Amino acid sequence: MPLLWLVLIVLALAGAGYVLGRQRAMSSAGGDTRHLHSLPVYYGSNVAIFAAMPAFLVLAVWLIAQPLLVDSIVSADIPATAVPEGSTLSLLMSDVRRVADGLDLAISQGTIAADEAKTLRADATDVRALLASVGVALGSDVNETTLSAAQEFRALTGTGSMAMTVVVLALALGGFAYAYSRTNKDFRARNVVERSIRGLLIAAASIAILTTVGIVLSLVFNTVEFFRLYPALDFFFGTTWSPSFGGGSELGVLPLLWGTLYISVIALAVAVPIGLFAAVYLSEYAGAKVRAFAKPLIEVLAGIPTIVYGLFALLTVGPLLVKFFGSGGTFGVDWMSGASSVTTAGLVMGIMLIPFVSSLSDDIINAVPQSMRDGSLGLGATKSETIKQVVLPAALPGIVGAILLAASRAIGETMIVVLGAGAAARLSMNPLEAMTTVTAKIVSQLTGDADFASPEALVAFALGMTLFVMTLGLNVLALYIVRKYREQYE
Amino acid sequence: MTDATNNTPKAKTSLLTVSPRVKKRNAQEARFKAYGIAAVATGLVFLVILLSTILYNGVGAFQQTFITVPIYLDEAKLDKNGNRDIEEIKKVSTFGYTPLIQDAIFAAIEEKAPGSEITSAKDTKALISASAAAQIRDVVIANPDMIGKSVEFRILAASRVDGYLKGRVTRDSIARDKNIDAKHLDVVDTLRSKGIVKREFNMAFITGADASESRPEQAGIGVSMLGSLFMMLVVLVLSLPIGVAASIYLEEFAPQNKWTDLIEVNISNLAAVPSIVFGILGLAVFIQFAGLPQSAPLVGGLVLTLMTLPTIIISTRASLKSVPPSIRDAALGLGASKMQSVFHHVLPLAMPGILTGTIIGLAQALGETAPLLLIGMVGYIASNYPSGPISGFMDPNSAMPAQIYEWAKRADPAYYERAWGGIIILLVFLITMNIIAIILRRRFERRW
Amino acid sequence: MYDNPNLERKVAQAESKISARNVQVFYGDTHAIKDVNVEIEARTVTAFIGPSGCGKSTFLRCLNRMNDTIDICRVEGDIELDGENIYDKRVDPVQLRAKVGMVFQKPNPFPKSIYDNIAYGPRIHGLAKNKADLDDIVEKALRRGAIWNEVKDRLHAPGTGLSGGQQQRLCIARAVATEPEVLLMDEPCSALDPIATSQVEELIDELRDQYSVVIVTHSMQQAARVSQKTAFFHLGNLVEYGDTDQIFTNPHDPRTEAYITGRIG
Repeated sequence: MPLLWLVLIVLALAGAGYVLGRQRAMSSAGGDTRHLHSLPVYYGSNVAIFAAMPAFLVLAVWLIAQPLLVDSIVSADIPATAVPEGSTLSLLMSDVRRVADGLDLAISQGTIAADEAKTLRADATDVRALLASVGVALGSDVNETTLSAAQEFRALTGTGSMAMTVVVLALALGGFAYAYSRTNKDFRARNVVERSIRGLLIAAASIAILTTVGIVLSLVFNTVEFFRLYPALDFFFGTTWSPSFGGGSELGVLPLLWGTLYISVIALAVAVPIGLFAAVYLSEYAGAKVRAFAKPLIEVLAGIPTIVYGLFALLTVGPLLVKFFGSGGTFGVDWMSGASSVTTAGLVMGIMLIPFVSSLSDDIINAVPQSMRDGSLGLGATKSETIKQVVLPAALPGIVGAILLAASRAIGETMIVVLGAGAAARLSMNPLEAMTTVTAKIVSQLTGDADFASPEALVAFALGMTLFVMTLGLNVLALYIVRKYREQYE
Repeated sequence: MTDATNNTPKAKTSLLTVSPRVKKRNAQEARFKAYGIAAVATGLVFLVILLSTILYNGVGAFQQTFITVPIYLDEAKLDKNGNRDIEEIKKVSTFGYTPLIQDAIFAAIEEKAPGSEITSAKDTKALISASAAAQIRDVVIANPDMIGKSVEFRILAASRVDGYLKGRVTRDSIARDKNIDAKHLDVVDTLRSKGIVKREFNMAFITGADASESRPEQAGIGVSMLGSLFMMLVVLVLSLPIGVAASIYLEEFAPQNKWTDLIEVNISNLAAVPSIVFGILGLAVFIQFAGLPQSAPLVGGLVLTLMTLPTIIISTRASLKSVPPSIRDAALGLGASKMQSVFHHVLPLAMPGILTGTIIGLAQALGETAPLLLIGMVGYIASNYPSGPISGFMDPNSAMPAQIYEWAKRADPAYYERAWGGIIILLVFLITMNIIAIILRRRFERRW
Repeated sequence: MYDNPNLERKVAQAESKISARNVQVFYGDTHAIKDVNVEIEARTVTAFIGPSGCGKSTFLRCLNRMNDTIDICRVEGDIELDGENIYDKRVDPVQLRAKVGMVFQKPNPFPKSIYDNIAYGPRIHGLAKNKADLDDIVEKALRRGAIWNEVKDRLHAPGTGLSGGQQQRLCIARAVATEPEVLLMDEPCSALDPIATSQVEELIDELRDQYSVVIVTHSMQQAARVSQKTAFFHLGNLVEYGDTDQIFTNPHDPRTEAYITGRIG
């Protein structure tokens, strides 16, 4: 693994740099630390940082940029006529990459020699069979265009990797030499080292931004790709969801949105009253002992993984509901045919959300100043009158924020709906019927065997985008409201 | 002003009698309070129901039905040439072992339950797990000198038999089951009374690998536990330093500007982004773009790291904030640089809080399932132990919650018990982590 | 107040409104109020003075059982309002607080409109028969609170939008609206500037013709300005109680003198 070796070499250089830099500084000070500007460790660290940091930075950028560059060069060389009917360039390129990877694998396993791979011809060798023998399955036979593109791909990648190794090593050595030559007793090593550390800290903090950028980019690119294959209007306003991997899918998001909203509403109808009343009771009535006992226990509900709730919905709540509402059930009605339903998922999700509503509301109710309560009690109001007419109205914005956050959770929740809500996308009012949600369909579209370039798989990204925008909107609004509310009482 | 008092003459009321209006208001008060109690009680009842459902359904997975019989390892079948050449013994596939087991069981039935309706050795197939042959073959290959002897083995009973002992399978429920008949259950009853068929603690559930759809009795969560372990290592190694570094910057060094604001808003929003979106990110960036292997714990760990970071940053900042400024001033006053004051004084003091937050973040990541679905850690049958650390990170594996999901989706109800059992194990981990966090907090909590 | 001799006389022979006997208050293990006996007269302003932490506010809060809201607080002894023990089991604190209103240190208008702030008490106690009646009560209370002219054009604006002094007068008006017999004021001017303070003080003086007012204050000048009776608390004890003039000019107890002259406190 040459990359691993490269990293290890650079690390070794940095280690050597640390020792040598420290030594040089010490000897320049005649072995007396007091003559040094900074502590000896800083001189060592300085050389180590200069040896490793630029090298790793370039390495990281290179690793990201090279595949993109190679891709664009290779795909530019593929004539438009070579793209078969009903396929796209990107589909072809994914084939090219697979063939190239397969050849790499074949060489590493010794099935063919490195030279042989370069001169392979599609009409002379059955490349598909060759690759299948090393465990790379291809969807179709390899034609000459694909093979030569794959060979070009491999050649470019090889050259690139070679260049990368040279550049990275040169940088590491250069940095080492530069920092080492600067090392003497008057050099302000600490300041330089601290600046680098500060840089690292900033980089770490920026990962949050990078994550968001990553999320947005991966959603946007694939969504755009999807809308190229499937009209956006049909997606947003279509009322039928029936993907078929053979083509001719109808991918309307409305039934999914409906299922999502329906389930979320039921969940909130369970969680908000219970959570709110529990918060009111715990913060206004309960003694210290009850509070210390009940509050953490209710919050345990929030610590239980969602897969547990999913299983609970699928295997316990669903069958129980069927026992009541199914055919031959307690109520003698036949309203429910299977364990999965909107109510099943909604109820269980409601249980999950209770602690979200209650602990957020609890914080918010506690932030209402005691003087408000005193004012009301001093007028002869009962506790409940004080709560209903003074505390809750004062806390209202914060509570609305809390409910919005819970709603955003409900919309984004996956496992409970995957297991409890069912797979059928419908626009129905019956809460005992199985429906499906945006998140459940993201899972089912991306875990199938669909080709990632097909609209049936890409639609998941458009769904993800929809979900992201909805939850982001709710979150931003909720956080804004809560923050404004906090400021009011600070 | 005085006329104001005159036109509202107030009737003198005694404090000692409660007016009807106050009575009504007090009743309202009592009702309101009752709603509150009911709400808290409902929450607690849900918790109790949830936990007892898990326990009730899941304990069964820790017990399994075994059949203990002496099996005659026939030399004529296992080592025709009789030279105990290990290569030759290996050539005998599991199909060669099945008849030996069936014969052994049949012999036991004839001896202990004479007159049963089971009349041929083949008929005992319904009682034995399909994994038994492989189990015995492995033992024989490890100890070739056993061949030709009669050795006592403890083999797994078939899932239906296990279900019968646990009450999941009944005589009614097998009416249309092709795999097993009532006569088998009769035999099981007899053999059970003779101590040949027994329910015992099933270590293999905790340490074992997943099995195929048709062998629930063999499935264990051990391999996916390792998958989770490797993922958590990735999460810990990445999220702790990055989270701490980011928090230190934001809390101690960041100037108040647009960039800092942007980061802060980003972090609080990321904390509320649905986890499935992180799965999409992982799929698009780590697998499609960066070309990392599908189903690998490394990728799972990376995705969970990004998901956990906001939690860790938020709690780390809170503990940094709780270190009083006087400590920083003291260090700065002695001529330490800002960086030194933070790393030498503030950070060590904030460490317990940071670790607590990290453990809670890890616990959250450990139970997360949705993003793992998208990066292919579900649907993969975790049947091989990783061969070493690198294979542990890079080779396809499952994770505990993903394994539970996988079992929950399988058709055989025997797998449901395993899913519940898996949840018990998962919860044991989560509870342990949370208890450690609580102890850390209690032990090192400082009030300034 | 000296230009009304009738009123003077009335004060002199006033009936007792609240009488406290052997009152002890404990906060957990702390003995906060030790054996306090005091008679508070009707239509009089009584001032409680003393250094911080002397228990004057605690004692004030006993008079309408606001201490009930604090779990660890325990009250012993008798406090009678018009001859009825307010700590009797049969007494509902809600009913008591309607009779003994309270104004707090920091103005605490509810986050509602000015109108709703005033109407809150009358509504919960059912004092108004209809909307017109309620309007009437609100106007009267605002007039009594000497704030009507300032807010009559914006009754539906939020009460939190008023200035500090206005907020405090609003709170007094709010307390007055429930037709109490006694008004307790816990340092009502400590959060106000001097102009607002003098407005509130004037108001207190006006309220005296109808209510028995008990005011806790830090400022001896304020006590001297607004009260007819003064009680001096020190370390949980009621050291001296008497006419304000007497306390300030001729204190009997050396501790009172020390406080008045600024040596303790």
